[in-house]
Amino acid sequence: MTANPLLDATGVAKNYGAVAALRNASLSVLPGEVHALMGANGAGKSTLVKILTGAIKADAGRILIRGQQLDVRSPAAARRAGLLPVYQEPSLIPDLDVLSNLRLTGTPVEAFRAWVRELGIPDLDIRETARHIPLAILRVLDLARALAVEPDVLLLDEMTAALPANLAEKVLEVVRRQGDAGRSVIFISHRFVEISALCDRATVLRDGSTVGVVDIEPGIEERIVEMMLGARIEKTRVTARAANEVAIAGGGRPRLSVRNLQLGTKLNDVSFDLANGEVAGVFALEGQGQDELFAALAGSIRPTGGSIDVDGAPVKFSHPSDAIQAGIAYVPGDRTEALAMQRSVRENIALPFSAALRKWGPIRMRREQVVVSGAIGRLQIDTRAQGEVQRLSGGNQQKVTIARWIAANARTILCFDPTRGIDVGTKQEIYKLLRELAGQGKSVLFYTSEMEEVQRVCDRVIVIFGGRVVDTFPVEEADEPALMRAAYGLPRGAKADVGILAEVKPGSNAEAAS
Amino acid sequence: MTDIATMPQPVSFGRRLKRFMADRPLIPLIILLIILVVILQVLRPGIVNERWLANTAKFAIPLAILAGCQTMTMLTGGIDLSVGTVATMSAFIMATQIVNQDPAVAFLLAMLPAVLIGLVNGIGVGVFRVHPLIMTLGTSLIGTGFLQVYQRTVIASGAKIPDFLNWLGTGVTYGFPNALLLFVPVAVLIVFMLNRTGFGRLLYAVGDNERAARLSGVRYWQVITALYVLSSLLAGITGLLYIGLIKAPSLSLAEPLVLPSVAAAVIGGTSIFGGRGGYTGTIIGALILTVLTTLLTILQMPEGGRRILFGFIVLFVTAAYLRIVEDR
Repeated sequence: MTANPLLDATGVAKNYGAVAALRNASLSVLPGEVHALMGANGAGKSTLVKILTGAIKADAGRILIRGQQLDVRSPAAARRAGLLPVYQEPSLIPDLDVLSNLRLTGTPVEAFRAWVRELGIPDLDIRETARHIPLAILRVLDLARALAVEPDVLLLDEMTAALPANLAEKVLEVVRRQGDAGRSVIFISHRFVEISALCDRATVLRDGSTVGVVDIEPGIEERIVEMMLGARIEKTRVTARAANEVAIAGGGRPRLSVRNLQLGTKLNDVSFDLANGEVAGVFALEGQGQDELFAALAGSIRPTGGSIDVDGAPVKFSHPSDAIQAGIAYVPGDRTEALAMQRSVRENIALPFSAALRKWGPIRMRREQVVVSGAIGRLQIDTRAQGEVQRLSGGNQQKVTIARWIAANARTILCFDPTRGIDVGTKQEIYKLLRELAGQGKSVLFYTSEMEEVQRVCDRVIVIFGGRVVDTFPVEEADEPALMRAAYGLPRGAKADVGILAEVKPGSNAEAAS
Repeated sequence: MTDIATMPQPVSFGRRLKRFMADRPLIPLIILLIILVVILQVLRPGIVNERWLANTAKFAIPLAILAGCQTMTMLTGGIDLSVGTVATMSAFIMATQIVNQDPAVAFLLAMLPAVLIGLVNGIGVGVFRVHPLIMTLGTSLIGTGFLQVYQRTVIASGAKIPDFLNWLGTGVTYGFPNALLLFVPVAVLIVFMLNRTGFGRLLYAVGDNERAARLSGVRYWQVITALYVLSSLLAGITGLLYIGLIKAPSLSLAEPLVLPSVAAAVIGGTSIFGGRGGYTGTIIGALILTVLTTLLTILQMPEGGRRILFGFIVLFVTAAYLRIVEDR
């Protein structure tokens, strides 16, 4: 290709404190192409997008638009330069009607209407308050609003997520034609199907750096997965675990049995079992419905369909206290969701004890002290800063959220990404603890976005993609390429593995079948 | 800390003092109270005597109990502005019903509106999630309206203050005001409840992080409903005590105490954002406000000037106190 790139970013880097979100990212988009931007969780996609659209400032790097160096300082500046994003979250102001929202951004109304019709919504009332419009339609309106100002580069972040099939189809069609009209689109998606149908080239990010730019052609998926994994493709051997055998011997009735769970458009026909003495991993890319799955099991939101059985008896949770009653505790990934930050370690751990109405009376302080210090000792929480939990380190705070349920003797713990943003030592302790719990016959459902954690902690892994369970592996087969491909919705073993992937294909499937 | 050159010692005296204060937030409050009393004694030598102490306690007690209502609600991130109306209603109903009714019946009738308003507040805030400020302001206005209607129906029968309430409100035994007989158990109960009962823990937890409390199985509406009923009951009892002190039933009897009760809780170190504070600080806060009022009265300033000064001092004290105890 001889054309000059419309957008050319090179050597972009961004540090947050000591953490490098982007090291050396580059992205070059030609006029008239639909360019995919790909990478695993935490590879730096969203940071790069934010830099390109002026939401944050890069520490280093050069961004050329039409060959001119531009300092994109704000979203407004990016807009003037012809770069317009459509984010995953709807951006219309909920309390204004559509027309006012358009005026706010100076969007030409007629062009907007034309695009809305084009995108498959013939009967939009432009006076409707944004709050009352369904999410799927809002996303299409966002797109129409962006298209109406005819940007040179349109940046679409997971555009088809949460869209019903007919709308998604229209959207893809419009995006495709955008390319034909000589405008460029940067397309971020986890779905290979869309990418291969739509995109001309793909830039792959890994650990904050661009590791490759490929032309989209049949069979390219494997190469992309390979690039996203990088050096990690060398298979880490799963260490044998004594507790494992206990789990399998436990057998019998499953502790938790989920059948055909449905939750709006977020979860679709999800079924799996969780046995006593088992750590089952849930692996998924961001936003594939795992948040909703955990919330439904924890009693935070009500599923719209399907059933949950605990120890063989059907349950309907309408409040987290119902789940707790059934012995199911939820440890959220965000510690600030689980802790009363101004209160002491002791009060935080003992919080579930006082929750029920009949426990509102005087507290038996000495007994509480024994139970709490037992849990503190077991998790080795550093309690030098006893006074307020907010003075503890992140790792110790996370331990408090788990210690609470150890003290409450919960039989099932739903751990949602419990090791996010904590130090390596504490991570190891948490892995060990989860294995110990399983060894005692308790069950753990463990969502993680880090592939190596699956092998360290889990007996089995359930992979979710687009709100569906797409695959279930015993841990012996859950090497990183297999997980990554499943997480991207690629079928397992559908075609011969290429190159490096072939060597790490697990040898035997027979003994691992469950 | 980058300017280490100016600091010869690793921890300066000021910093140590601050840490000390942060760990014992009551100490600066007590110091302030003593300073105020000393100023009073200097301005008017001999004023601080046994009689003055008893008198101060008598006026501080109703304020302190209402401030207890605010402390508890503020711990959950709320506020109870209906305490003034509730206290007035129970006082007014007591004074008018006692004329024709058995004291026990009159007492029950007097507490009825307190329970009702507390229940409505609790359900409004806990179930329908109305902001506590609006909810309690609303029920307060409704209560005042009902009281005006009620007043018409009893206008012929007149009112009197029961002897017992008179004794409780104004009487002094061996130099101690009788009101302490009510206040000490109430204060002990509130302090015990906040520190040593499950319900007290939940007040702090709900105010600090409602979502965390929910995930721990706490049902918000139960806690909030119980809280506002309790707050209203305390306010109703305060009304009975207060009518024994003021001895003149009116439709705005306890209304002037509402905002000082909020101020006393805030000065006492309870955060209006919830999750932090306690009742002992509030009691001292109520004492500080009462002494401050006396101080401003003897300055013989015009009413307007007194109010302006009162407002400034409350703002200053609160800001200074937070600076001292917040450990940053």
